[in-house]
Amino acid sequence: MKHYDVIVIGGGHAGIEAAAAAARMGVSTALVTMRPEDLGTLSCNPAIGGLGKGHLVREIDAMDGVMGRLADQAGIQFRLLNRRKGPAVQGPRGQMDRALYRAAAFDRLSSQPNLTLVYGEVSALTGEGRWIDGIVLADGTSFSAGAVVLTTGTFLNGVIHIGDTRREAGRWGDRASNGLADSLRRLDLPLGRLKTGTPPRLDGRSIDWSRLEMQPGDDAPVMFSYLSTAPTVAQIACGITHTNEATHRIIRENLSRSAMYGGQISGRGPRYCPSIEDKVVRFADKSSHQIFLEPEGLDDHTVYPNGISTSLPADIQQDYVRSIGGLEEAIITQPGYAVEYDYVDPRALDNSLRLRDAQGLYLAGQINGTTGYEEAGAQGLVAGLNAALAAQGRDQITFSRTDSYIGVMIDDLTTRGVSEPYRMFTSRAEFRLTLRADNADQRLTPLALRLGCAGDERRQHFARRQDRYMAARKMTESLRFSPTELQRAGIHTRLDGQQRSIFTLLGGTDICADRLAGLVPDLLDLRPETLQQLRNDALYHQYADRQARDAEILRADEAIDLPQDLDYARISGLSAELRAKLTAARPATLAAAAKIEGMTPAALTLLVAMARAGRRSRA
Amino acid sequence: MPQPRHAYFRTLRDGREELDQALVLWFEAGSSFTGEEVAELHLHGAPVVARRVGSALAALGARPAEAGEFTRRAFLNGRMDLAEVEGLGDLLEAETDAQRRLALRAAGGELGRKADGWREMLIRAGALVEASVDFADEEVPDEVPDEVFDLLRRLTTDLEQEISGFRAAERLRTGFEVAVIGAPNAGKSSLINRIARREVALVSDIAGTTRDVIELRLDLRGLAVTLLDTAGLRATEDHVEGLGVRRARERAEAADLRLHISPEGHVDSALWRDGDILVRSKSDLIAQGDGLAVSALSGEGIEGLLAELHDRLALCVAGAGIVSHERQAAALRDARDALAGVSDLPPELVAEMIRQAAASLDRLVGRIGAEEYLDVIFTSFCIGK
Repeated sequence: MKHYDVIVIGGGHAGIEAAAAAARMGVSTALVTMRPEDLGTLSCNPAIGGLGKGHLVREIDAMDGVMGRLADQAGIQFRLLNRRKGPAVQGPRGQMDRALYRAAAFDRLSSQPNLTLVYGEVSALTGEGRWIDGIVLADGTSFSAGAVVLTTGTFLNGVIHIGDTRREAGRWGDRASNGLADSLRRLDLPLGRLKTGTPPRLDGRSIDWSRLEMQPGDDAPVMFSYLSTAPTVAQIACGITHTNEATHRIIRENLSRSAMYGGQISGRGPRYCPSIEDKVVRFADKSSHQIFLEPEGLDDHTVYPNGISTSLPADIQQDYVRSIGGLEEAIITQPGYAVEYDYVDPRALDNSLRLRDAQGLYLAGQINGTTGYEEAGAQGLVAGLNAALAAQGRDQITFSRTDSYIGVMIDDLTTRGVSEPYRMFTSRAEFRLTLRADNADQRLTPLALRLGCAGDERRQHFARRQDRYMAARKMTESLRFSPTELQRAGIHTRLDGQQRSIFTLLGGTDICADRLAGLVPDLLDLRPETLQQLRNDALYHQYADRQARDAEILRADEAIDLPQDLDYARISGLSAELRAKLTAARPATLAAAAKIEGMTPAALTLLVAMARAGRRSRA
Repeated sequence: MPQPRHAYFRTLRDGREELDQALVLWFEAGSSFTGEEVAELHLHGAPVVARRVGSALAALGARPAEAGEFTRRAFLNGRMDLAEVEGLGDLLEAETDAQRRLALRAAGGELGRKADGWREMLIRAGALVEASVDFADEEVPDEVPDEVFDLLRRLTTDLEQEISGFRAAERLRTGFEVAVIGAPNAGKSSLINRIARREVALVSDIAGTTRDVIELRLDLRGLAVTLLDTAGLRATEDHVEGLGVRRARERAEAADLRLHISPEGHVDSALWRDGDILVRSKSDLIAQGDGLAVSALSGEGIEGLLAELHDRLALCVAGAGIVSHERQAAALRDARDALAGVSDLPPELVAEMIRQAAASLDRLVGRIGAEEYLDVIFTSFCIGK
């Protein structure tokens, strides 16, 4: 029987990131997916990044992951969101050419050392009891594995709804993989049910673009990967149109035929990504909703109308689409649908994304109740790295809320669970001012280098970037000027006799960089990215101290490990309610315990005492 | 098992020996003061009864509560917030009705409820800011909506008002100091004795008898007032008396109000402050002059003086808020300061300041950062049950 250190099941964004990460760690890795063309499929909207999500892509890239580079190769429009707001809340976003993305994913994975691509359907996980040690394919082939990473998305009991018709499936055109589901059922995992929707796809040739407002990309595109410099393919614009009263009337009159409103769907959908039915019902006073018409590729006529996901019957979809300006003649190439699926309650995972109640099984991506390619990819990275570390007999790596959005997400998932598909937002990160897209490499690439998951190109590129930054930081901090000197240069500050460093001045939003360059011509020699990062760091500098103090407190709590075998039932002084919650949650650290609802300072004090006692008895 | 929260009349025994007949009741977890399961034995008051029952319980493994332990448990179990704990401490120390009323409001959770209201405003404002940040590519306004700044302005006004009532409430809680000052032999001690109706200060006809500051605690129609009997203010060669005079001046200056006493209605202008009261003493001997006429001998004018004093002090506490501890006031000031100038900041920093303000309000009621205060609070109050 062929053995792999790590076997990754699923070729979506979690799967390819997991497989690539494990392979970069130097362990023998297999990625099992049904067909080569499944690799890197953008199954929902043809875009990557955005607010919070763009941060995740940068962090994946900082760990030398693949998503950023694939998105840069396949990007046909790049926009930096929130340009008018501060740098901490700006996020890179890109429209993708689906075919180019898949091709880039296939190229990268098939040339990745230590990685074997296996095509087939996984019919079962193998192993004794709760110890997973391999897989069996539908054709009977078996592989043994040191660790298995499961990234099967919505394939668990997936049901597709179009109006009142329903059928079992994963994504459109895919077979549902229920053999594997039976294997999971054997593990008796805590499951929940979620739903998500897609809009109908349109034939771009049937859209009257001449009547639509067009939105081009940025003049100076911001790339996802630190290693990329510019887009490599032609760039496009997206169209913008709006629903109107007629659209809303058609939807209202047919609500009972919507799978979601007709009662066929029980799972919970995301509040932040409502279907058009939801929008019309919940925001009845709005007479119009915006729709972005996003081309799915340079050589693909399919257009993704972002903003009208639906589970209405196909004929109603056609009616309401054609009521919209510019879409009067639109041809629907594939109707929109809602998909309902099971997810595994991520509180069953530890913060390496390993299933706590089983050996050798990691879960990543939509199966954990998240939505989005970026969230999936980031989890894939974490699970892939940890599966490889486990195979190597090394300690697991965990990310902290204080160092990354990845850490925020993993902590949210494993301590709070989800009640709707989990999507990243910048507001989830309490240390948002320091966890920026511009400094993801400073935060994480040193970790990647320590772990051994970053290649030479990354190492050299990071070292050069870091050297430039440190030199510029030192220079700007050491050059100081009095208010009078500044005034002579046309820079007005309070005449308080206080000398100010160039670094401090760079943080002033009202100070023009040109004037500073008049004072310090060396600034003109800095690369724009270096100067920008200096400005970002300077802008938030005065807030950084407080955040650093808060982060220190959190890190101290994160450093207090709670023994996984702690018997909460036997701790006297805990209320029955907290005992039950702690037994269910089994928090890994004091910080995780503190987030359990109803937790009291007294109970935390008890837990600290227990943790200390546990350490003593083990020592 | 008897029903919870029902009182039963029972005989308590140690082995076969009867100890007492007592009222006994128990509270199930969640409905007692501490939130834990609690049994209460209401005994007859004799010390020996309490001692015998105590040792019988100790034999069963019980131990006496430490000072403040029940309140500490109530706080740790989330039954009281920190401001309520402080209020309870004040209630146990209250001497006058005004102090009792203030403490009862605090112990009843009024501050916690206000803080909850403020938190809701912050959460609403924060959510609106975050929406404009995180959904910039969707159908929400790109700019931070005006409602945010309206909310924060209203909150700032509320906080300002609460802060401005702090000094008065603190006075209400700790009581006022009123210095009785005047030249030697002006009749200060006689007046105070008359007020106290007992000999608290040494009274004699030899000038300069009162060398130290003597305090008299009064319940002045609900207000706690400490009258300070000070050494006669005069230049003196006597070193010891000189120290007394200096000390008297210091205390007099720090006091909330001064009664300036002299038989002729004279004033030490260096010590006169707005709101002070001029008192003409020995009105039975000298009939002319400015000021409220009082006679320590006949008691004439004393009631009028006390009424005037009460009215002036009551004016000072008219704006008293619910915040009466420096710790609480500091948390409110932090929250207010965090919100100052937010309208000029970019949205991510507005959000950051809202988080800071919310953290300050959490500190007010002890939701976070409580550990550092706990020892201070539970050791400075002997809060027990």
